[in-house]
Amino acid sequence: MSHGSAGSRRIYYGVFAALITLTVVTVMVSYIDLGLLNVAVALLIASAKASLVALFFMHLKGESGLVWGFALVPIFFLALIIFGTLLDTQLR
Amino acid sequence: MSAGEESGIAGNGRGYLSERGWRSWAFTLDHKRIGAMYLWSTIVFFLLGGVFALLLRLELLSPQAKYFSNHAYNVFFTLHGAMMIFLFVIPAIPSGLGNFLIPLHLGAKDVAFPRLNLASYWIFAAGFLVIIGSLVAPMDTGWTFYTPYSAKTGAAVATLSLGVFLIGMSSILTGLNFIVTIHKLRAPGMTWHRLPLFIWSMYATSIIQVVATPVVGVTFLLLAAERLLGVGFFDPSKGGDPVLFQHFFWFYSHPVVYVMILPAMGIVSEVIPVFSRKPIFGYNAIAYSSLAIAFIGFLVWGHHMFTSGMSPLANTIFSFLTFFVAVPTAVKVFNWIATLYRGSITFESPMLYALTFIFLFIIGGLTGPFLGALATNVQLHDTYFVVAHFHYTMMGGTVMGFFAGLHYWFPKMTGRMLNEKVARVAWALVFLGFNLTFFTMFIAGTRGMPRRYAEYIPKFHTENVISTVGSAILALGILVMMWNFVQGLRKGAQAPSDPWRSLTLEWRAASPPETENFHEIPQVADWPYGYGTRKA
Amino acid sequence: MSEPAAEHHDPVVAFESAKLGLWTFLATEVLLFGALFTAYIVFRLKYPDLFHAEHGKLNRVLGAVNTVVLITSSLTVALGIDAVKKGKARLLPRYFGATILLAGVFLCVKYVEYTEKFHHGLFPSTNIFFSLYYMMTGIHGIHVLIGMGVLSYVVVLARRGRLSETYYTPAEMSGLYWHFVDLVWIYLFPLLYLIG
Repeated sequence: MSHGSAGSRRIYYGVFAALITLTVVTVMVSYIDLGLLNVAVALLIASAKASLVALFFMHLKGESGLVWGFALVPIFFLALIIFGTLLDTQLR
Repeated sequence: MSAGEESGIAGNGRGYLSERGWRSWAFTLDHKRIGAMYLWSTIVFFLLGGVFALLLRLELLSPQAKYFSNHAYNVFFTLHGAMMIFLFVIPAIPSGLGNFLIPLHLGAKDVAFPRLNLASYWIFAAGFLVIIGSLVAPMDTGWTFYTPYSAKTGAAVATLSLGVFLIGMSSILTGLNFIVTIHKLRAPGMTWHRLPLFIWSMYATSIIQVVATPVVGVTFLLLAAERLLGVGFFDPSKGGDPVLFQHFFWFYSHPVVYVMILPAMGIVSEVIPVFSRKPIFGYNAIAYSSLAIAFIGFLVWGHHMFTSGMSPLANTIFSFLTFFVAVPTAVKVFNWIATLYRGSITFESPMLYALTFIFLFIIGGLTGPFLGALATNVQLHDTYFVVAHFHYTMMGGTVMGFFAGLHYWFPKMTGRMLNEKVARVAWALVFLGFNLTFFTMFIAGTRGMPRRYAEYIPKFHTENVISTVGSAILALGILVMMWNFVQGLRKGAQAPSDPWRSLTLEWRAASPPETENFHEIPQVADWPYGYGTRKA
Repeated sequence: MSEPAAEHHDPVVAFESAKLGLWTFLATEVLLFGALFTAYIVFRLKYPDLFHAEHGKLNRVLGAVNTVVLITSSLTVALGIDAVKKGKARLLPRYFGATILLAGVFLCVKYVEYTEKFHHGLFPSTNIFFSLYYMMTGIHGIHVLIGMGVLSYVVVLARRGRLSETYYTPAEMSGLYWHFVDLVWIYLFPLLYLIG
């Protein structure tokens, strides 16, 4: 039941450093006008940060397939509601 | 199970019902008591919603508005719909019978989170109190709350939205509890393919509750914010989009019709083999079709919006996908019929209702494609054809399944037997009354009678008179049934632990079961449908 | 109220159940915010110019500061749980206390932002962008508040010596919830402040 290991603190600090770095990067990029690329970069960075939080802080890395399933299923349904709604609003 | 168990194992033989006093109910952590509280509450709202339905039918006895104002009529159909949907059909089987049965079916002592379970009930109770509170300025929007009207009417929309939000929260927590319980608390040997089919249907139901309900919750919050803070998501004058409300509403409310029907299908899957004395036919097909229905149910919400001005491509795709729902649904029906084939069928009241479910649900189901198909939908949209269709699926389906379940598990829940003769009389009245009430609506609908009006043109008079007479017979049937329940509770014969010779685990517990269900956790070595293949 | 048997008949099952339950709960949260994200996408595609003009009115620096604040609060939660797992439950109140403090800072910054916007006549009813801004950050803010309550409860448990390296379920669960609150903000920040 216990997964605390000696290296876990180092991992947390490493993830923290990465998260802060990515935050600084995304803010800096936002000051440069790249057009649509701004959106792509911001979302990519946000997703990278979210993945770090989920994998390490939330311990998704090392979880059972069942937990992974419950973590990923809502993302599918989120994509579904976005897609289904845009199918209407973008093509009206 | 030997007859010796009838003498009762502990105490007075009243099992989980032994303790008395309101505290023993209000603070109970026993899933059976919590289930019973849901059943009592939902049945009260069923009767109340039924009274509103009778008022509607009374008004429609004559083509001109006669007894009530148009506004009162709008209020009545809104309250009828909102109460039946949010306070009866959605919680009745999952939270009521589901709570009672899931741990028993799994061979567990209770659900995974008993405290959360009690909290769910009290959140539900807070929800219905808020909804009752909203009656000071009763809603007149229909149960669908469509914007922009719902953002402007003087009725207590924000209050009712809050009530529905609470009901939804309760529904989410119950679904969550069931998912974890089914995953983690199965008795030793209870593999997935030995689970009762009711559990499969409840699992699929719970997934829908957990995934879909938050969307409608936040939608009602946005609607309340629209009224209270002036945000404009659904208000075209602020650049908002009223159809977006419909997307969000139906992203929840379409899958939720499967929250209503799937548990009833689960009950039918339990009852049919018991009273046919045959193993269920196509166990895997029935089990997986529950999951398939839940999944496909999420892909078709747009078919409620064909006349909303949605994009043509979205119309076409949603219409196309809608037809796929028919496949897993038909799979179930065919397997039930195959189970009946050459069985030793007996017609006790649970079986009568289960067969009624199949009969009425086939009619309800087969009228679905007319509405799912784009072209006929535009013709039939918002006519009585739609009203007839969803009453055949919801009342003819879910409510009949619920009645089947109540009659089937009554001995287990109360420790008493029902009067079978009275139950059959009630069934006959319900069956006759239901068909008179709603079949005529198909006819009125195809002839063009629109729904939700207090008045109509005289050419629909005959249909409406028949329908109103039918509704009176239906109401009488339900009254007889309720009277039978009360009589059964008061002076029914002592129930043996397994009166129907069923094989699922709940029948191994006493009637009524003890507080932690089983004296020792049962060992499971086989599926529960071996009827006729061994001494059962 | 008697202790329910099912809740702790087997500690491993109880822990695994709690974890599965919490992830299921987070699934509902994804869909709850998901509806708001859907509305955001729909309206952003419909009114790109409005979004471009309006997002500039938000204070990017304060938004970034708050991002750092929340990330740090996530770190302290992770460290607190790690301490419990290593048998140092008495350290938990310090780490979780830091998190609660940072959450308070987050809300204060939010308060400053809101009042400043109100001052400039920017209300939830002003336009679609600000409707989204207030609803999204508001509902997120309510989550922060609830999180503070939950974390405080865990601190009380730890103070009473109820947590140890063999039983730390409440700490782990509150941590999962808190990281999720952080995770939502990780998306809200760029969507509202950076690329509007």
